[in-house]
Amino acid sequence: MKITVCVGSSCHVKGSKAVVDTFKRLIEEKNLQDKIELGGTFCLGKCQDGVCLEIEGKVYSVTGETAEKFFEEEVMGAL
Amino acid sequence: MRVFDTKVQYLKYQVLKEVSGQAWKDTLMQNFQEIPKIIVPGDEPTMRCCVNKERAILAERVKMAMGGTRENPNNIEVLPMACDKCPASGYEVIADSCRNCLAHSCEQSCKFGAIYFDRDHRAHIDKDKCKNCGQCAQSCSFSAIVKRERPCMKACKVKAISAEGGKSASIDNSKCIQCGACVYKCPFGAITDKSYILNVIDLLKKSAQGKGRVYAIVAPAIYSQFKYAALGQVVSGLKALGFHTVVEAALGGDMVALKESRELSEKGFLTTSCCPAFVAYIKSAMPDMLEHVSHNYSPMVEMSKFIKEMDKDAKCVFIGPCTAKKGEAKLEKSKPYVDEVLTFEELQALFDSREIELEKLPEDVLDNASYYGRIFARSGGVSEAAAQALKEQGIDFEAKPLVCNGIEECTKALLMAQKKLKAGQMPDYNFIEGMACVGGCINGAGCLTHSEVKNKLEVDKYGREAMEKSIKDAVDAVTM
Repeated sequence: MKITVCVGSSCHVKGSKAVVDTFKRLIEEKNLQDKIELGGTFCLGKCQDGVCLEIEGKVYSVTGETAEKFFEEEVMGAL
Repeated sequence: MRVFDTKVQYLKYQVLKEVSGQAWKDTLMQNFQEIPKIIVPGDEPTMRCCVNKERAILAERVKMAMGGTRENPNNIEVLPMACDKCPASGYEVIADSCRNCLAHSCEQSCKFGAIYFDRDHRAHIDKDKCKNCGQCAQSCSFSAIVKRERPCMKACKVKAISAEGGKSASIDNSKCIQCGACVYKCPFGAITDKSYILNVIDLLKKSAQGKGRVYAIVAPAIYSQFKYAALGQVVSGLKALGFHTVVEAALGGDMVALKESRELSEKGFLTTSCCPAFVAYIKSAMPDMLEHVSHNYSPMVEMSKFIKEMDKDAKCVFIGPCTAKKGEAKLEKSKPYVDEVLTFEELQALFDSREIELEKLPEDVLDNASYYGRIFARSGGVSEAAAQALKEQGIDFEAKPLVCNGIEECTKALLMAQKKLKAGQMPDYNFIEGMACVGGCINGAGCLTHSEVKNKLEVDKYGREAMEKSIKDAVDAVTM
């Protein structure tokens, strides 16, 4: 599975770094390096909904606070 | 004229805007010959001796706006018809000002015996003996001796421009570093930079049809430009033009700072590689110093490369104050990453060709880089960033920078370093920061307005506004 997190200006100021850090930590903790590829992009075209991320063509909106819950539910659920 | 320093810039802008406007409508090929008439419509001349000459020169400007002479590799070209062939005779006595005095201090001051007097005791200069040292001009109490110098030749500190026999200016491509100093300084607009604005429009049109995503990589000097609008409105304007998104070249600066400081600590002596005119100067004037030039990419190339590795459909357009970047983008090293280069002047024309009024747009966000990446735009910034990058990476190496503000200071520093290194000694400094333009990029030839002090304050302020306070944090924020 590829997760592409937007690290462009708008998402950056809304805390994309916290989202990426959370994902990185969870991937390591759960040993999912082989199953999840974490990538970045400079824009997903939905700046007002940031922090944006894309999984298999679908764009989601998360924040630093909701990142862990999102990972547990959406990412783990789809694996 | 709200956004430009000179009427020459405004004229160039009018041409670029008209050419772009026609290109958007797909009518350029049938109408380009009409553009001079559109800009000078009446029968009365507005700038020169007659409308026909004005239009003939405008036709040359249209050609430059459409990419200039293909066979000439230089991005800076002379428009011979526009050149006024300004006097370049060196020191001369102004007959009206010479008071035929008794002191003859001019004669006393001249070490070469070049001053002689006619029957009326009026001073003259023997051109065969004169060495153009200027002592006579300084000594004259009436300021009656002046130096007749062409503004282009005065602006060109690498002596690439000649005007032999009173002819139109001519550029020696082997010496020209494409800094654009002559472009900004010629009062007749007779030297100008080729524009690739049509290629950019083409990329944007294709992108609108779903072919590729065009990224605008903007130089940090932008903060001192487009001051009639907020930076966030400029970002909105770029997106309105069809750019997929806008990224700071300064983030590339942050990446370069980390790499270049490591390279400095490994090699022990380094000169910067971010200013393409400075690198071009070393290549042409002191090729033996090339080995000391940092092997890192410039922030423009570094950022473009990063984007293309992230998005294989990306097209990268660098937008900045620099004419030399047009040359850098064509180098083998940059070609795969940088698709096109625009100047701020050209961007203004592009906005207006689409009737995009920045002041009326909502404010978007631009925040990728740290303070240190952003201050690359002004003299001293790269040195500060390199020192900071050493500290952040915990590298125990003391950077001893020599900040060279303008190509004349670069020349001096390089010559001194060359002498020492040849003798097997180390210069007093280990890091030469070379910026061809005085003040740095904030004073680049492609700026809308030029002001070393004011623009520096603006860029420093912009630097302090960055969300990420350290170089590593800014780079980490985009590194997966």
